[in-house]
Amino acid sequence: MFRYLRRSRAAMFGLVIVVFWAAVTILAPHLAPYSPLDQHLEDRLKPPGIRYPFGTDELGRDVLSRVLYGARLSIPAGVTVVAVTAILGALLGAVAGFVGGLVDESIMRVSDAVLAFPSLILAMAITTAMGPGLVNALLAIVLVLWPEYARLMRGQVLSIRHMEYVTAARAIGVPDRRILWRHVLPNTISVALVKASLDVGNVIIIAAALSFVGLGAVPPTPEWGAMVAGGRQKFFEWWIGTFPGLAIFTVVMGFNFLGDGLRDLLDARLRTVRYEGAEEPPRPPARQAEEFSMERAD
Amino acid sequence: MLVTVPVLFVITLLGFILTYLIPADPLSMVLSERAMANPDIVRAYRERWGLDAPPAVRYLTYVRNLVHGDLGMSIATQQPVVADLKNFVPATVELALAAMMVAVVVGLPLGVIAAVNRERWTDHLARTGSIIGVSMPVFWLGLLALAIFYYRLQIAPGPGQLDPHLIPPPVLTGMLVVDSALAGRWDALLDALHHLALPALVLGAYVMGTITRVTRSSVLEVLLADYIRTARAKGVAERVVVFHHALRNALIPTVTVVGLAFGNLMAGAVMTETIFAWPGIGRYAVDAASKLDFPAIMGVTLFVAIVYVAINFTVDILYAVLDPRIRLD
Repeated sequence: MFRYLRRSRAAMFGLVIVVFWAAVTILAPHLAPYSPLDQHLEDRLKPPGIRYPFGTDELGRDVLSRVLYGARLSIPAGVTVVAVTAILGALLGAVAGFVGGLVDESIMRVSDAVLAFPSLILAMAITTAMGPGLVNALLAIVLVLWPEYARLMRGQVLSIRHMEYVTAARAIGVPDRRILWRHVLPNTISVALVKASLDVGNVIIIAAALSFVGLGAVPPTPEWGAMVAGGRQKFFEWWIGTFPGLAIFTVVMGFNFLGDGLRDLLDARLRTVRYEGAEEPPRPPARQAEEFSMERAD
Repeated sequence: MLVTVPVLFVITLLGFILTYLIPADPLSMVLSERAMANPDIVRAYRERWGLDAPPAVRYLTYVRNLVHGDLGMSIATQQPVVADLKNFVPATVELALAAMMVAVVVGLPLGVIAAVNRERWTDHLARTGSIIGVSMPVFWLGLLALAIFYYRLQIAPGPGQLDPHLIPPPVLTGMLVVDSALAGRWDALLDALHHLALPALVLGAYVMGTITRVTRSSVLEVLLADYIRTARAKGVAERVVVFHHALRNALIPTVTVVGLAFGNLMAGAVMTETIFAWPGIGRYAVDAASKLDFPAIMGVTLFVAIVYVAINFTVDILYAVLDPRIRLD
């Protein structure tokens, strides 16, 4: 897969950014010149300089250190939330598509209703109810996003369910559960994977947005969204909000370039391999993934 | 259209179940801690808002009122939700339309240019630009735009819809730009447009990315079709091939995405409205969410659901206009 990725300059670019930020996440304590919480009250609101490359905030905390430490929150949070959401939603969707009947109906109607709610607002309401905090905000995102995966996977499973190799497996007496796990799911995973890679960025932005409005990370936690909010009223001290925002932007961009590359790769493979010989190529499922990933934190 | 009625009921039912699943008491958001400690006040409030009735009764009451076009009272604003929506929707419509205009006017040509110049620098530029567009956290971009254009360069006005020194035009549609034009208040019109520009650009930049991307990929697909080859073989000018033969057939996915995006914006561009102090549905919803004002949240949700249905309906009609092979049943 890496060999394929190397062909796409955009995907490589994304990969480099993601690897860079992954390194920052791991090495933050070694890279940061100060502790993210240490207040240097004599150096409040210092512009970027030699001592403080990104300047200091109103409590004299080093913005660079806080941005570096912020990576340890946002990036693992984004990846974990997407992983949990994707697995949960995909399983529900796969079961719905595979079993059908009442199970299908009930899962899909619930997902319809959740999708009907404006997601950011629903997430805000859930977070408010559970009490502000990063973990609650992330839980709320999972609750709001799973139906997208459920729908995507259900569609995939439905299209694969009647493929010949599934019928063949059924004919030789393979039990349903095994068919689902061994024959159906592996063939649908790539589409969910592309959506997941594009969603990591989304989730990082939504989580930051929740923190920005004060529902996510609680101060003094060095969370990027909360830091941007901290710089909100300070137009003159531009560095307080600009650098954390830049961090969000670059991380999300990295994941989006990577996801875009993965999608191209999948698109190309789908066109040449799976549908070879078919008269008219069906709409590439990767495109479906795109339609479902309309961003939310606008 | 009618099939959506059951969906609306599922939404209300789910919303209701949600209020029960959520452990927090909405009263704790309106009443002070001292008032919460007084059982008499709490009981009086419960009675006043009908929170003491059994869940089934409450739900049926809600649905009965809903059928009569009554969405209940907002706990936070103490006003009928319908009246609140009337107040907040126009600003959102105005912003959403302006943002969509920016996004389509820039994004669509960009997508076509990228597709025609596939794998050349214009294509890479357009694709990179569209990814950058969707990667920007809107709340950060909005602040950055304010810091640069309002604070530094002083060419854009600050947050809000209208200069506080100006007397707003009489309310007709609620959309300031339209109202000012109708009232012939050119000073207000100019100022309203001036205030609209920055949020519309910020919001549009972000929708643009999606439009560019979808247009590019659908034009690419169409350009491979046989009839395009035929047209080229006949010697039809490339410009005509692209804009007449290809674009029209490639527009369907773009129209879908524009419709979806518009629906999303109608849910209120929550972050943009917050940053630019825009009195729209997004701000109303954020306020409602932070006060667990369920009648208001449900009202916004139902409104958005109905808007979505209307948009999907329009999009379906547009399909048939764009592609005569598509028939509406």
